Amino acid sequence: MSKNFSGTRSVPQGEAIQRAISLPWAKSVEISYKSLRVRLFRSMITVGSLVLAVSFLAFVLVNLDVASGILHHGGDNAAALLTLAGYDVDPATHGVAMTAKERWIVILSLLVCTVGIVNAQLMSVTERFSEIGVMKCLGALDSMILRIFLLEAAMQGLLGAGIGALAGFIFSLLAGLVRFGTLSVAYLPWGSVLASMGIAVLAGCGLSLLGVLYPALLAARMRPIKALRAEH
Amino acid sequence: MDQDRHTIVRVIGVKKDFALGKQTVHVLKGVDLEVYAGEYISIMGPSGSGKSTLFNMIGGLDKPTDGKVFIDEVDISQLDAYELAWLRNRKIGYIFQTFNLIPVMTALENVTLPMTFAGMNGDDAMEKGIELLKLVGLGERFQHKPLELSGGQQQRVAIARSLANDPAIILADEPTGNLDLSTGEEIIELCRMLSEERGVTIISATHDYKMLNVSDRVVWIRDGMIDKIQHREDLDISVGGIGGPENGHVPGGEAP
Repeated sequence: MSKNFSGTRSVPQGEAIQRAISLPWAKSVEISYKSLRVRLFRSMITVGSLVLAVSFLAFVLVNLDVASGILHHGGDNAAALLTLAGYDVDPATHGVAMTAKERWIVILSLLVCTVGIVNAQLMSVTERFSEIGVMKCLGALDSMILRIFLLEAAMQGLLGAGIGALAGFIFSLLAGLVRFGTLSVAYLPWGSVLASMGIAVLAGCGLSLLGVLYPALLAARMRPIKALRAEH
Repeated sequence: MDQDRHTIVRVIGVKKDFALGKQTVHVLKGVDLEVYAGEYISIMGPSGSGKSTLFNMIGGLDKPTDGKVFIDEVDISQLDAYELAWLRNRKIGYIFQTFNLIPVMTALENVTLPMTFAGMNGDDAMEKGIELLKLVGLGERFQHKPLELSGGQQQRVAIARSLANDPAIILADEPTGNLDLSTGEEIIELCRMLSEERGVTIISATHDYKMLNVSDRVVWIRDGMIDKIQHREDLDISVGGIGGPENGHVPGGEAP
């Protein structure tokens, strides 16, 4: 029998190993993207819940922008008009604020959305126990698993929040047009509208990442042997 | 014949306890074993004998309660997470009963994943991946997803993947357990070919008596202890007819 054993015989120590095991960002993005695409329906449900929550947030914020645009350009008449329409107009500071009720509803909707995301991501992690175990057997580090899950969540977050912010903006414009006519569009402070949409997108991404944090940590910390056993 | 060879796995006095409620179960009760580079070893034993536990220890998937496991003279209980990942990536190739390919990736991507972890660049990895898939007889199927392949083909992909970073050891956990008789034989033949031609050390935990014919040594585990270790020459005498048609070309009378 000709059995020639070859290869390096010593384990590199410390620093050398961190460099020895790597997963390029491009590859992590590719893996995350593929995982999302394979579970398209599931990930679309997560994205859907984000779209709903973020669009509601964007709707409320842009509504405020519309109102403050009217308030600033329409004079005293406008203040009366807005109060009639149900806005909290503060005559002293000359500003419009969310009503307490609105604030609560927004917070609740975001909370419900986060719980939904945690739920969906926990399912996704459970479903992928053995996949995670295999990756670990092949030499993946905890940080790589964490990174893949965070990237997935970031992609879902960007998509959901982007669509949501856009939808919220469009609906609030339509609502403004119906309520105040062309006045609302004419005096629209575009700068603050963009800022509002930015806040909505950031909030959406933040929620998505927050929701995946616990499931992803769970996945990353799992010992490969447990992960492999899960399916038996 | 083994003494002059390099010892690739050294298991010294390994004990493993599992807590089962308030009881402690002693799964391994002190196992000593040496595996030489290039050997083909089968670990046999009934379920619950500690076979899988021992196997996991050797693979760096689990740590012993007591005793030491050396892989290539490195004590794996001393390794941190990074070093263990490195060991799993470069030194050990895993083959599982349930194939465990990553379903979202093609056969080729499955094979190249460990190379990506090892920092090999994309084109080199691709080339080597195709080469390995050809080696296991799947040259033209590298773009298929695991679910589009049969069990035997999936196991071949898994074997190609285990070879990705030219590991010193391949650990095969019941590699034929989910395959029918003839496919199982093909997989065993492939393992034997790899062990002979590439000089890889193969350690397999198995129930499958077909494996015995190709093993250099068979380690029998019973009740958490090594019951006996048999060389292939001795094996044909004690197991007798089970070897089947391959019995013929193995000299039988050399045992003391």
